[in-house]
Amino acid sequence: MSILHIVNKSPFERNSLASCLGHALDGSSVLLFEDGVYGAIKGTSFSDTLGAAMASRSVYVLGPDLAARGIDESKLVDGVKVVDYAGFVDLSAESDKVQSWL
Amino acid sequence: MSETKKFLYLNRKAPYGTIYALESLEVVLIGAAFEQDVSLAFVDDGVFQLTKGQNTKGIGMKDFSPTYRALGDYDVNKLYVEKESLEERGLSLDDLMPLTYEDEDDDYAEKDSIRVVSRAEMAQIMDEQDVILSF
Repeated sequence: MSILHIVNKSPFERNSLASCLGHALDGSSVLLFEDGVYGAIKGTSFSDTLGAAMASRSVYVLGPDLAARGIDESKLVDGVKVVDYAGFVDLSAESDKVQSWL
Repeated sequence: MSETKKFLYLNRKAPYGTIYALESLEVVLIGAAFEQDVSLAFVDDGVFQLTKGQNTKGIGMKDFSPTYRALGDYDVNKLYVEKESLEERGLSLDDLMPLTYEDEDDDYAEKDSIRVVSRAEMAQIMDEQDVILSF
């Protein structure tokens, strides 16, 4: 059973992403979108937490939400993969469940 | 009727994810017509409002970031950005839009509107205000 975890809240304002990472099993996927994309920036007070979680999980970020917020892909934590809306759909279809962390 | 008060608009939310940032900007522009002493503070996720290179074509929302550049024309030229909030988010002044105004008391010299201040300085700035509006 694979779960796609999706997070749309800033990790600096809510604990949604921290809680998500605490519950996402090894091998699961995490997609950051809307204000969740701020969690993928490197060199922040949260990036070590994300980096540690990525050792055993795949982390994706929605490209159009990055662009809207002026975040260049070069600013992301190493290993974070950028997807577009079609990629979001593919990830959803490939997973057994989609779990949203509001 | 000519009493001038110090107004501070406190911005703590990222743009686009919620409506707060845009609503704050609208209220600032409306309030600018009343010729008060207006300052803006950007704290916590509010610092993300000022990042340069915002392009909202892909999400179907209006990019309101260019509007910040108009603030100088409304005599809103004190934009305090908290240093600690920037650093916690991996940002520096170079990641923000250059915002300027023309100082009419100094032969219309172009000056920076953004002032990076420490958390302690921000606390003092808040203490000096007559009114603080939170977004």
